[in-house]
Amino acid sequence: MRTLLFLLQKEFLQIFRDKNLLRQILMAPIIQLMILPWAANYEVKNISLAIVDHDHSTYSQKLESKIFSSGYFKLADYCASFNDGYKLIEGDKADIVMEIPANFEKNLVRENKQKIFLAVNAINGVKALVGTGYLGNILNDYNGELRLQWVQPSKISPIPSIEITSMNWFNPGLNYKIFMVPGILVFLVTMLGSMMCALNIVREKEIGTIEQINVTPIKKHHFILGKLIPFWVIGIFVFTIGLTISRFVYGIIPVGSIGVLYVFLSIYMLAVLGLGLLISTYSDTQQQAMSLSFFFIMIFNLLSGLYTSVDSMPGWAQIITDLNPLRYFIEVMRMVVLKGSGFHDIQHQLIFVIIFAIVFNGWAILNYRKTT
Amino acid sequence: MKQLFTFIKKEFFHVFRDRKTLLMLFGLPIVQIVLFGFALTNEVKNAKIVIADYSKDVTTKKIIDKIEASKYFEVEKSLKSHNEIEAAFREGKIKLAVIFPENFNEDLMHLNKAQMQVIADASDINTANTLTNYISSIVMDYQRELMQNVAISLSITPEIRMLYNPELKGEHIFIPGIMAMIMMLVCVMMTSISIVKEKELGTMEILLVSPFKPLMVIFAKFIPYLIISFFNITSILLLSVYALDLPIKGNIFLLYGEALLFIMTSLSIGLLISINAQSQQTAMFGSLMATMLPTLLLSGFMFPIENMPVPLQVISNVVPSKWFFQIVKAIMIKGAGFSAIWKETVILIGMTIFLMAVSLKKFKIRLE
Amino acid sequence: MAESVIKTEKLTKRFGDFIAANELTFDVKAGEIFGFLGANGAGKTTAMRMLCGLSIPSSGKATVAGFDVYKHTDEIKRNIGYMSQKFSLYEDLTVAENIRFYAGIYGLSNKEIKDKSEELVHQLGLEGETKKLVRELPLGWKQKLSFSVAIVHQPKIVFMDEPTSGVDPVTRRQFWDLIYAAADKGMTIFVTTHYMDESEYCNRISIMVDGVIRALDTPYNLKKQFSANSMDEVFYGLAREAKRTGD
Repeated sequence: MRTLLFLLQKEFLQIFRDKNLLRQILMAPIIQLMILPWAANYEVKNISLAIVDHDHSTYSQKLESKIFSSGYFKLADYCASFNDGYKLIEGDKADIVMEIPANFEKNLVRENKQKIFLAVNAINGVKALVGTGYLGNILNDYNGELRLQWVQPSKISPIPSIEITSMNWFNPGLNYKIFMVPGILVFLVTMLGSMMCALNIVREKEIGTIEQINVTPIKKHHFILGKLIPFWVIGIFVFTIGLTISRFVYGIIPVGSIGVLYVFLSIYMLAVLGLGLLISTYSDTQQQAMSLSFFFIMIFNLLSGLYTSVDSMPGWAQIITDLNPLRYFIEVMRMVVLKGSGFHDIQHQLIFVIIFAIVFNGWAILNYRKTT
Repeated sequence: MKQLFTFIKKEFFHVFRDRKTLLMLFGLPIVQIVLFGFALTNEVKNAKIVIADYSKDVTTKKIIDKIEASKYFEVEKSLKSHNEIEAAFREGKIKLAVIFPENFNEDLMHLNKAQMQVIADASDINTANTLTNYISSIVMDYQRELMQNVAISLSITPEIRMLYNPELKGEHIFIPGIMAMIMMLVCVMMTSISIVKEKELGTMEILLVSPFKPLMVIFAKFIPYLIISFFNITSILLLSVYALDLPIKGNIFLLYGEALLFIMTSLSIGLLISINAQSQQTAMFGSLMATMLPTLLLSGFMFPIENMPVPLQVISNVVPSKWFFQIVKAIMIKGAGFSAIWKETVILIGMTIFLMAVSLKKFKIRLE
Repeated sequence: MAESVIKTEKLTKRFGDFIAANELTFDVKAGEIFGFLGANGAGKTTAMRMLCGLSIPSSGKATVAGFDVYKHTDEIKRNIGYMSQKFSLYEDLTVAENIRFYAGIYGLSNKEIKDKSEELVHQLGLEGETKKLVRELPLGWKQKLSFSVAIVHQPKIVFMDEPTSGVDPVTRRQFWDLIYAAADKGMTIFVTTHYMDESEYCNRISIMVDGVIRALDTPYNLKKQFSANSMDEVFYGLAREAKRTGD
């Protein structure tokens, strides 16, 4: 026990001595939490639309003003010909070109139907789909209005319509920040914990001080605890800063209990640090540790459900996510913060993270040898 | 010249002896392409939903049959109360609830209007949006069937042509992004770590007092990473052509030329970081903060820049990856020639010259 | 004759096909300064690492301070001090913090730590430097400090792996004064070196070539045996036969 105290004292002294690193450890998450949620936004808006209006009629102008008042579109430019519009797309200045044919108004009334031509830059498939969807809806609405104007109400055959009222529970405004911030916080804590822990141990290997430790009677588990505890504390501290930022900058107040979050976090940190330990036992240089942890964190990050949900992944990818601790904590964060879930609801995730903590640390201790 | 060769050889030994790191560096782009290409989609399949049908009539049955038949949903047995639905949401068991009020069919037939309710678990916005859209299109479909016999007057129909990517595949946009990210990893992070390591272990001093020019010492360090980068670009391109069926529309030599330019930009960032950092850990965190994250966030590869607040849009202009991303996108997907990307190229050249100049100046000061 | 504190019998270490240390048999008496000589790659460090419990032997027997190197590595570690080739104090900790840390993990009480630190600092003439980071000390002092830290818990045996490489002659001389002082207190010193003049300071030396002990005796006897004028000649005579090259 006394040995552990000496080890801890030494670790904390070293961490607090390197002011540069300490500043980075603390500033990095703050800066990221301040910037990331603003950037990480999948909402499709500000679609730039180029208009080629060959008709210049009241109808075509009404349609245009209806489109721009929707708030989803902004005008790229009015073009004289389709080719001019196409050039705008080529130069990334426009996402969609809308061509209204000559005599649109006249022909619509005369022939009872008309076509409008849309050319869409589909490099970003989602944007293209959603953008044309919006346009289609606006066209439909406009069509309905015209019909009411022109056709006698009695003549309209009764069309039964089903109205869908959709409600979005737990995040009624579909606020992306509320959705992203808790997940990003988990990602930051994970990255910080596993990388710092792995690098710290490998650094002692590289410099050679670990040799000296190995000839002392220090027990394996004491040495490992001496490394784990400081980063565990730092992880919890950073998490707390993150919660404070999300409260005061983004106005996110967890619906559920903060206690549940912290209990989960303290076990989760053990799993993450265990991963760092494990990486350190497999690397001889910091460069190696760095690329190993980067590799795994990248995969964990992409397959965590932070950006696209786990439900929409193919089967094989979902199996990988079962082995991804990050995924469980992001789920729990969203459940507790947004839905107010309690221990009962997250027991599945809790069990998995406990298993991760045991497996990672156990494996690392087995693999960490004082002798060769 | 012979000396330079000796140095380059030494660096090669360093880099290629470390098999684990090498494996990660070569493996990462492959894994990323597989994940981005096949795992990260927005199509939700087999989502668990609950349907509460208080009307139980012909119409609701037809709509429910349609929902059950679609591959998107897996319908769980109907729950009764609102509270039970809420509990199921809280446990994360279901993603969506569909509720038909009483007298649904009667309302529809006699009042010509019926209401149904869809409740989505918006703690996952992406899934909530997607699932709500699926349900509405199923219901729209059903309505269209109802209206089949009704003549519609004055119809305006859009005729849509999807350019560049008619099948709306998602992978197009991320290939250039992965390229930029891998180069940040190899040329900035790995290079700066390997330079700082020599500082940390004190071997740098030995190299610097050798009769060899200090600049050449650094140059020799660049070579292996430059080669790894070229190898990575090639493997990314091969994968995108053969695994993702995405042909390179533009000139491949132009593409490699621009890639070489971007590698130079990245190496000069790596040099600047390694001159300022005293320990490997600082170099690593510096590279993460200064290059990896901006590449991920502000290059337009994961998140559209036009949606960001104006300050971020302005900042994105100083991120080299943003310009590289646009260049590659233009060459690979649009098949653009040099005339379309000369502006971006000039910006990258300017950035490289600036970064090189600053680091060389700092490097000289440090030596004196 | 004093009792043996290190005893080995056909101690061998293999790395795959490579035999780093081949059937080493020797013993070291209590209070002796025992030198281990050899070119780079001769197997000195491997032998020492086995004795310190850092590396498990492939075959053979050995006891250190009466404990078996296979079974009782923990007890061995409590009874030895170790100073490695690489500088192994924490450069980002101060002199005082380093002493405190190593004394602490060897289980010294707080009072002992305090007394020991003062004694050590005084002995090395480091008063006024205790709050300095070790990084800022000159190399010579670093080496002296790391020796003092290695014996802070007064071990029975101290192992030193080329402790004086890269140190100037004056400091080397002072360093050997420290070693003699420790030996006077009854510690056994096991030191590897490739400085021939240093080998003359040892009570007995063994010379390793290609993983094998080729000679073992007092410097005086060795010179006589090989009819040489200096240890230099003895060593080069043997080392010329070496097939391995240093790394």
